[in-house]
Amino acid sequence: MTGLHARVGVERPGFTLDLPLDAAPGEVVALLGPNGAGKTTALRALAGLVPLTSGLVELDGVPLDDPARDVFVRAEDRPLGMVFQDYLLFPHLTALENVAFGPRARGTARTAAREQARSWLARVGLAEVASAHPSALSGGQAQRVALARALVTEPRLLLLDEPLAALDAVTRLVVRSDLRRHLAEFAGTTVLVTHDPVDAMVLADRLVVIEDGRVVQAGAPTEVARAPRTEYVARLVGLNLVRGTAQGTTVRLVGGGVLHVSEPAEGEVLVAFAPTAVALHRDRPTAGSPRNTWEGRIDGMDQHADVIRVSVDSQPPVLADVTTAAVADLDLTPGARVFATLKATETQVYPA
Amino acid sequence: MMVPALLGLAFLVLPVVAVLLRTPWSALPHQLARPEVLESLRLSLVSAVLATAICLLLGVPLAWVLARSELRGRGLVRALVTVPLVLPPVVGGVALLLLLGRRGVLGQYLDAWFGISLPFSTAAVVIAEAFVAMPFLVISVEGALRAADRRYDDAAATLGASRWLTFHRVTLPLVAPGVAAGAALSFARALGEFGATITFAGNFPGVTRTMPLSVYLALETDPEAAIVLSVVLLVVSVLVLATLRGRWLSGVPR
Amino acid sequence: MQPHDVCRARTPRRVTIASAAIGLVCVLSAAGCADGPGPGPASSPGASGSSHVGGTVTVFAAASLTGTFTALGHAFEAAHPGTAVRLSFAGSSALAQQILAGAPVDVFAAASPETMSQVTGAAPTGRAVPVVFARNRLEIAVPAGNPGHVTGLVDLTKPALRIALCAPQVPCGAAAASVFVAAGLTPAPDTLEQDVKAVLTKVELGEVDAGLVYRTDVIAGGDAVQGIDFPQSSAAVTEDPIVVLPDAPNPTAAEAFVALVRSAQGRTVLSAAGFDVG
Repeated sequence: MTGLHARVGVERPGFTLDLPLDAAPGEVVALLGPNGAGKTTALRALAGLVPLTSGLVELDGVPLDDPARDVFVRAEDRPLGMVFQDYLLFPHLTALENVAFGPRARGTARTAAREQARSWLARVGLAEVASAHPSALSGGQAQRVALARALVTEPRLLLLDEPLAALDAVTRLVVRSDLRRHLAEFAGTTVLVTHDPVDAMVLADRLVVIEDGRVVQAGAPTEVARAPRTEYVARLVGLNLVRGTAQGTTVRLVGGGVLHVSEPAEGEVLVAFAPTAVALHRDRPTAGSPRNTWEGRIDGMDQHADVIRVSVDSQPPVLADVTTAAVADLDLTPGARVFATLKATETQVYPA
Repeated sequence: MMVPALLGLAFLVLPVVAVLLRTPWSALPHQLARPEVLESLRLSLVSAVLATAICLLLGVPLAWVLARSELRGRGLVRALVTVPLVLPPVVGGVALLLLLGRRGVLGQYLDAWFGISLPFSTAAVVIAEAFVAMPFLVISVEGALRAADRRYDDAAATLGASRWLTFHRVTLPLVAPGVAAGAALSFARALGEFGATITFAGNFPGVTRTMPLSVYLALETDPEAAIVLSVVLLVVSVLVLATLRGRWLSGVPR
Repeated sequence: MQPHDVCRARTPRRVTIASAAIGLVCVLSAAGCADGPGPGPASSPGASGSSHVGGTVTVFAAASLTGTFTALGHAFEAAHPGTAVRLSFAGSSALAQQILAGAPVDVFAAASPETMSQVTGAAPTGRAVPVVFARNRLEIAVPAGNPGHVTGLVDLTKPALRIALCAPQVPCGAAAASVFVAAGLTPAPDTLEQDVKAVLTKVELGEVDAGLVYRTDVIAGGDAVQGIDFPQSSAAVTEDPIVVLPDAPNPTAAEAFVALVRSAQGRTVLSAAGFDVG
């Protein structure tokens, strides 16, 4: 069996991580989750920097960590590359020496190692900074040096820990698309840790969402984005998510209230709908097609790209995206009384 | 803050200023031209350099163990490391004699089996100096290792580096300023060492008579010469330390 | 003896901090202690006209006199209740430097007339004329059992043996140099120690096969060392002079202390320690 086959079990006082994770060569899996969910611990366990307390890590059929059988291959003996959150480029070495470090450590002769490093620096578009020390590199350059350093040894497993988190928004855009290209060319398995849904969506073939050390949802990015299963995922992908019991097209919500949907369903369901599908009114709408109307108070407003995301404290609480013009016209301010409407056809219903 | 800081500085510097004020500068060239002065100066420098090398060789690994290992009883080890700091140097010298002397706990076997007798040799000077100087290096390097980001070690491991490679290619360069500071302190301590040296190594011109011993003996008969010799020792140590620090620290960016 | 111990004896039942503080005052001014609250009669520098012995007497003595002068100090205090003897032992020349630097000292006992003359000057007069109260001579000290089979001064010229001498800059070294000259021998030392006690220590520990020390040191060394007499030792008989210093804060007591050292009692103590008092 090729690729990564793992069940990452790490037990610590007050924290248990139990993460089944399988990925084929060439596949990019993103571990997504809130802070403290265990993403980085999982990555470090895969790298061999943290030993498993239970479970198994196998790469291309070779067991790397199997506490039950007393197998543990140390990090330096695993065929992997890792990009750390703040890159951890060795400050006393030049960019070239940083990239050449891996091949040298794995026994490549100095000249050959430097040649490989030089070619990888060129590949990430940084041939000209080869002799610079990390302190002289921009954030984007440092990220690419770190990527080159991880990839130069042609690992079978590439681990990326928040690879874009340290970058500003503009740089991030550029580096993200570069990274996507490099990942597409990479023959091994990639596991990426992020808390940014956009990174996950753009870079990964598959998402694994973990909360509190457990998998809460896994699947292709589009699936996850369309049908979030937890509040956290819904917020990540920018959807409203409510839970309730369906009887035909009527859903009685867990927190009280009723939602009308277009697709009939029975039993426990989740209903997702986009903030853009929610309209806001100052007066109770009397006519119109939307089947769902809630009354509530605005309890928060955020600029979100080119719209304003308004949080309405109603039953259920909803997020609504409105234009700046609408905010002005309707005189929407925190505390204001509003009516939110939603067409039944804008909802996604799926079993809980 | 400024007033106590200035007082502190004055406290440290004024005694030296007093020496400089009372130095018969005209006697300086004459003293420096004396072969026995040059000899003891050379002996001082050579033995202090060797002692510093021993401190580095043994002290850095010890500091690493103290800072990085999960060893049980590390607190006790750390306390033991500082023993030479609190021990009066003369007592340290006696302790070395009792261990390595001709009838010492280990020394008797060195003598019987290998015909090696350490006391009254230049090797004994180096050992005595290393004994009193090593704690400075260990404490300084351990502090640097504790402050260093251990995740660099992780990064090196994921790149395939063994622990030893990681240690000397990554960890050590990262703590180079701490190592340099520790080495400078050790060197300074070794250069000024008197009590343990005269007790363990004795005092013989060209073999074990370092500058501090020369100063002490000069004080017996010719206090003026003693002051001049002190100034020479002072100037040389300041020069060496300034050069070494500059060179070592410039090798590391930032 | 610690200075503040002496003071505490004169100021019973005072808290330790206070006595330590008074001890400090003692260091700064020997007379200050006598003025302190104590059972003895007050004595100040100005009261030197009185023949009554009291207060504190500060004695600087060569390190070789440590045992004898400590004993004599106790004897003095016993003979003159209410007095305290404050003793400071070190190499004579270090003590001489301290006296020249202004240390308030009543009595100075040196290990050589040369060192003494550093303090008294070349031509002292009156009370400031030092008197020799004891003589000492060199002996070869060997570790118990004499592992180097040393029999005489000529053995100290053998490079194969480990030999410790005093550095020529200190009195015992100068004396050693004299006896070698007198014997027409060139010694082969392995170390030139900073004082005679350091030579003795090396002999006691067996680190050297022989050392030249004073006869008193051989006796002080007890069972760990053996002494070997040699005829040339007469070439360098050292003389220990004692003097009441011109600036003595407590000259009356100082005179009394010197008198004790030179008395029959003092001579008994000194000769038991190996000094020649004849």
